[in-house]
Amino acid sequence: MVPAMSNRETSSFSATRLACIRGGRVVFAGLDFSLESGGALVLLGPNGSGKSSLLRVLAGLLRPAQGALAWNGAPLAEDPEAHAARTHYLGHHDAIKPVLTVAENLRFWAHLHDPHAERAGRAVEAALERFGLAHLSSIPGKMLSAGQKRRTNLARLLAAPSQLWLLDEPTTALDKASIKALEAVLAEHRAGGGMVILSTHADIDLPGAAQLHLDQFTTPLDDGLDDDLDGEGAAA
Amino acid sequence: MNRFLEVVRRDLRLALRQGSDSVMVVTFFVLTVVLFPFGIGPEVNVLERVSAGVLMVTALLASMLSLDRLFQTDYEDGSLELLVLTPAPLSVVVAAKMLAHWLTTGLPLMVAAPVLAVLLHMQADGFTTLLAAMALGTPTLSLIGGIGAALVLGARRGGVLLSLLILPLYVPVLIFGVGAIDAAVQGMSARPHLLILAGILAAALALAPWTSAAALRQALE
Repeated sequence: MVPAMSNRETSSFSATRLACIRGGRVVFAGLDFSLESGGALVLLGPNGSGKSSLLRVLAGLLRPAQGALAWNGAPLAEDPEAHAARTHYLGHHDAIKPVLTVAENLRFWAHLHDPHAERAGRAVEAALERFGLAHLSSIPGKMLSAGQKRRTNLARLLAAPSQLWLLDEPTTALDKASIKALEAVLAEHRAGGGMVILSTHADIDLPGAAQLHLDQFTTPLDDGLDDDLDGEGAAA
Repeated sequence: MNRFLEVVRRDLRLALRQGSDSVMVVTFFVLTVVLFPFGIGPEVNVLERVSAGVLMVTALLASMLSLDRLFQTDYEDGSLELLVLTPAPLSVVVAAKMLAHWLTTGLPLMVAAPVLAVLLHMQADGFTTLLAAMALGTPTLSLIGGIGAALVLGARRGGVLLSLLILPLYVPVLIFGVGAIDAAVQGMSARPHLLILAGILAAALALAPWTSAAALRQALE
């Protein structure tokens, strides 16, 4: 069961000469990639190489110090809300409220993403089923284990359809069966024309995925970036 | 608009299940006001003279008590990142959270205020004006307070910093709130004071969600 994609024709998501500065340090610079519908990109690199920062830049939480992102050739900065509507971001935290039940947590995020309440209601049930959470749907968030919280957060991806999934170490705290379920969900998402960009240290089966080694993008700096860096250092 | 109501509903549900915040705010309000007759003596004319000031100052402090939690829990559990990435303007989401904050703190304060006014021997002429001043003043407190809560997000000892930032901005609400009640008690028109309070509220409504949204984006960078 692939969630219905609103946009079936091929899309593309690309970055040109992207740079990111954190705490006065260049995390990466001169980074390029391009992704088509159905594509997947795996971010690799040691701790601190900027995988999370890149995903936050791609989601729109961080502004790139240099470079640009484009969707179908149009710059993202022009319409951040349209980008938010086609993107699911999954970060380090699971965003589960301890006093709300699993279904309530999920329904809130689904409705917020897709205000057509009835459609979202059905999708929530299907998403819970998919990640083996159906029997937990009326359990409050505080009773969940770390793996169950992560699965609830992953179910958010299916509860409201989105074309671009940005996953920051999605396999953390997951057991083997759940990783298999996640791999199946990712494969279906890509078969339906979706895109996946994820960072991981675990082995995850993504057939035909491109790889991006982030430790290769530390140098060289583009002209002008040095000035930005000085400004940032002075402000800090 | 759907998303706005969705956020309000969720925050109200969270407040209802956790319960502590509203109860804490109203309890603080009641206990502090009840202490004043003990502190300054039971003379009717003295209490009557200070009643408007005591009620407004205490309501203002009580409303500030719960402010640091407005965005803090969402910030800590990652919900704030997802709220920022909602396909709606962030200021709409922020306005929804501020409305929920007012419904869970400002509104209970408004309900408790007339009862405490009786305790402080406020003249009956002042009651409707007290309610009107609270109705116009407490939403302003939630709105302006939201800016402060967003600015101190992620800072250590944010609570102290929050008071320093926000209390000076609360002063106009205090002055015109007390001014309105005093005017009504002395048989003058409270209208000009209330109109200024309404003006402050209108300005806060227009500026606060937008400013807080910018501060929240900064906090998440």
